[in-house]
Amino acid sequence: MSAPPATSVLEVNGLSTHINLTRSVVHAVGDVSFEIKAGETLGLVGESGCGKSMTGLSLLNLLPHGGHIVEGSIKLSGLELVGLPERKLRTIRGNEIAMIFQDSQSSLNPTMTIGRQVMEPVRLHRGVSKHEALDRALEVLELVGLPHPRERFDDFPHQLSGGLRQRVMIAIALACEPKVLVADEPTTALDVTIQAQILALLDDLEERLGMSTLLITHDMGVVAGRTDRINVMYAGRIVETATTYRLFTGMRHPYTQALLGSIPSLDQDREKALYTIPGLPPDLAPPPSGCRFAARCAYATDECREHEPPLDGAEGHLFACWHPVDGPIERLPTIVPPESVKVPIAATANGRHLLELDGVVREFPVTAGIILRRKVDSVKAVSGVTLHVDAGETFGLVGESGCGKTTLGKLIVGAELPDGGTVELEGKRVFALKGRALRRARRDLQMMFQDPYASLDPRMRVQAILREPLEIQKIGSRQEQDERITTVLREVGLPQTALERYPHEFSGGQRQRVGLARALMLDPKVIVADEPVSALDVSIRSQILNLMRRLQLERGTASVVISHDLAVVKYLSDRIGVMYLGKLVELGNGDDIYRRAAHPYTDALIKTIPVPDPAVKRADIAISGELPSPRNPPSGCRFRTRCPRAQDLCAEEEPLLRSFGPGHVAACHFPLQAPGEAAAEAVADGDPE
Amino acid sequence: MEGVPPFGSPNIPTTAPEGGEVALITSGWRLAAHEFFSNRLAVVGLGIIVFFIVFCFLGPIVYPTNQTLTQPLLSDMAPAAAHLLGTDDNGFDEFGRLMVCGQTALEIGFFAAFMATVIGTLYGALAGLVGGIVDAVLMRFVDILLSIPLLFIVLILATRYHATLISQSLIIGLFSWQAPSRLVRGEVLTLRVRDFVTAARIMGGTRRRLILRHLIPNALSVVIVNITFLIADSILLIAYLGFLGFGLAYPTASWGDMLGNAQDAVSSGYWWLVYPVGACLVLVVMACNLVGDALRDAFDVRLRKR
Repeated sequence: MSAPPATSVLEVNGLSTHINLTRSVVHAVGDVSFEIKAGETLGLVGESGCGKSMTGLSLLNLLPHGGHIVEGSIKLSGLELVGLPERKLRTIRGNEIAMIFQDSQSSLNPTMTIGRQVMEPVRLHRGVSKHEALDRALEVLELVGLPHPRERFDDFPHQLSGGLRQRVMIAIALACEPKVLVADEPTTALDVTIQAQILALLDDLEERLGMSTLLITHDMGVVAGRTDRINVMYAGRIVETATTYRLFTGMRHPYTQALLGSIPSLDQDREKALYTIPGLPPDLAPPPSGCRFAARCAYATDECREHEPPLDGAEGHLFACWHPVDGPIERLPTIVPPESVKVPIAATANGRHLLELDGVVREFPVTAGIILRRKVDSVKAVSGVTLHVDAGETFGLVGESGCGKTTLGKLIVGAELPDGGTVELEGKRVFALKGRALRRARRDLQMMFQDPYASLDPRMRVQAILREPLEIQKIGSRQEQDERITTVLREVGLPQTALERYPHEFSGGQRQRVGLARALMLDPKVIVADEPVSALDVSIRSQILNLMRRLQLERGTASVVISHDLAVVKYLSDRIGVMYLGKLVELGNGDDIYRRAAHPYTDALIKTIPVPDPAVKRADIAISGELPSPRNPPSGCRFRTRCPRAQDLCAEEEPLLRSFGPGHVAACHFPLQAPGEAAAEAVADGDPE
Repeated sequence: MEGVPPFGSPNIPTTAPEGGEVALITSGWRLAAHEFFSNRLAVVGLGIIVFFIVFCFLGPIVYPTNQTLTQPLLSDMAPAAAHLLGTDDNGFDEFGRLMVCGQTALEIGFFAAFMATVIGTLYGALAGLVGGIVDAVLMRFVDILLSIPLLFIVLILATRYHATLISQSLIIGLFSWQAPSRLVRGEVLTLRVRDFVTAARIMGGTRRRLILRHLIPNALSVVIVNITFLIADSILLIAYLGFLGFGLAYPTASWGDMLGNAQDAVSSGYWWLVYPVGACLVLVVMACNLVGDALRDAFDVRLRKR
């Protein structure tokens, strides 16, 4: 990131975009102005529905049906794009302004080889021969780091992994050397390790090609180290704009402050609640009068509700607020667990743990044939995982997608049955039970799902959804059930009016509360929460995390939290397990994992997390390559193919879990820490004490 | 920073619920109904169906006619004031006959569609939910049934028997449940891996409960849309059956029998025996299709959440 040169490549002035619906008009983008200088990266951040994607699409006039630019100007190197005829715009799209979309799966044509898709813009805009276009395509594919581009040239998109597909998308965008690249959530659909690789690639390309980039994202961590300047959008308006460093350290708008305050960081104090923004972003059809953030702002006065503040300020730091704040939040309220109900973490009386998994294996058969389904192969989702959870404890499970963490969660609640090993609750193998006894046992193990929309039956009212577990388990009379529903609903912070509503009438955060309430209805001993906040917006996420943390402390229910987001897991969990390709590679408490990681995978995972702090220097890409196929996991240590420390031994012998301190074990031949005293006895059950 | 903001507190505020109020008040069905009625063609279609139900079932009360005693003297009379649409071979009033035969046509159409839907829905839901070999066997059976030509069976039956209202509905029902069963199976296959079904299983819900409480209600929108098309198809099929001779036993008859009996009326120039009943068939079938299309759009809208 060199000092930005003076010429601005893209100038947007007073841009307003509306979307006409059948019965209303959504004011998606209102009076947005910004400029991008040559070689500069501008970040555009905000929650979903704040108009950031619409701003990006307006630049190329690729708005959805009913969308149109109402007023304003977009100048590309002095050329006015608004009102330019479609024919002229076509020569600019993909040539001078290119775009990368979030979902590479649906943005690539599934019936065309990737090579031809990269050649397409070159042929269209450069008017070159087929042969020249092919050369150019190979050149860009090489540039974006696609391994063996000549061999991959005739592959179809579905033959590539998500990370490679995103590289192809970038290659298509770069094929004509655009002046401006619009990257709309370029890494949101990817795993952290792949995200780091793609972001590093974008950085590198910008520097080498001198492009200007508009980086649209909801993730403050992504923009922190990568942009020169950040625009914060809220409800269709830019509410604050400043240089990246200034925005993170001396923000003036309460929304920016709250947005940053609500993200759990890795060094988050678990005793403190997260900062939350109450309520929801406003409906923009039509937008509210006055300051659009007023309804959710702690500093709002009557003035805010009546008059909209102008975007004003000095020295390139503009903000739209009547009562600006000064820098980040300093004090966070402490969670005070009510002493009377606080349950100490303890093994049960007879010395057994509450939940014990011993060498659990789950393999999904890959079959061929229609009637006689021959088993041709199997996907090794979980391969011999041993762990335990004590009463009152929260166990966190992290790993990349495809590492088997969700399957393990389903094994715990009995939605899947293990092919080997045992799952025991209080010393009993509950899923070996049959009929009524099994149904009875299911009460103690409940689950909270990732997608609150998919996990609630759309045809049932909330009352019926919450009554269902009680009905199935035949607990209480109808009146007792009603009382229980009312209590739990209050506990998760929903109004009683919610009972008569259908799931689609709630916001995402509220739906997730209903999901949590349903899991609590049976008063289970263990709750498995699978990616509880991944589908939610940043401002809603902290509300749910606070709620889960509070309920943990109040009820003392043991839980297993599964997430790819390490900060979320660390905030909620007492102990953390790191999974890689069906194996548990490291196990320990939060500090063991985050400060004294012994396994190179854990270490790399932590280093690749984008930290929302521009002062933190990003480490180089810690993990190269991608997750190997779980159909044929590598021999010996499964991580060896991506491990910087791998040696011959790793391919030959599978490392066992070794102790690195009390309760801290890792499976590695060449760990980053010296093994503890208990190292000699290779502990298999994950707890040396 | 002055004064810690009032939010961010982990304690539940006593007044407003932490999760916020619920703003929207619209049930899925109401949204769908709203969308349906804003479609003009759908309202026209519904109007036509209602008109024919009233016409066929209440019409004979207002316009009573003789439909049982043959009156050779009155046969094949052209439309006149005494007989609005003339008379047929047997001297029955054609206008009144449209009503009476319409009753059976609608009854058989609705009954056959209902039967096909019930069988198809349960069969498809079972195949989709159980999966594996059971699914493969059940669906191959459907494939076999679909490969037997209906007209062939009907022609054999027609050489020996006369149909009754029940047997005709059964035949039609037995030959049309395969399409809904495939439809429901497909829907169930996508539904059964949805999280809310997993959730019910984790609570200990039985398979019966999963099918009846979760899978079928959610596949219902597909089924309802299909019913309207099934009714249209069934009414057309009755017409074929009647035309091919597997008609209802005298004196009951349906629109199909009327068309079948009028085969040589065209060459004799007795147009009133052909066009009115043909028009009735076309109108009812078209109306059912219009309603079906609109229902499909309406349910889609609900799923689109706006």
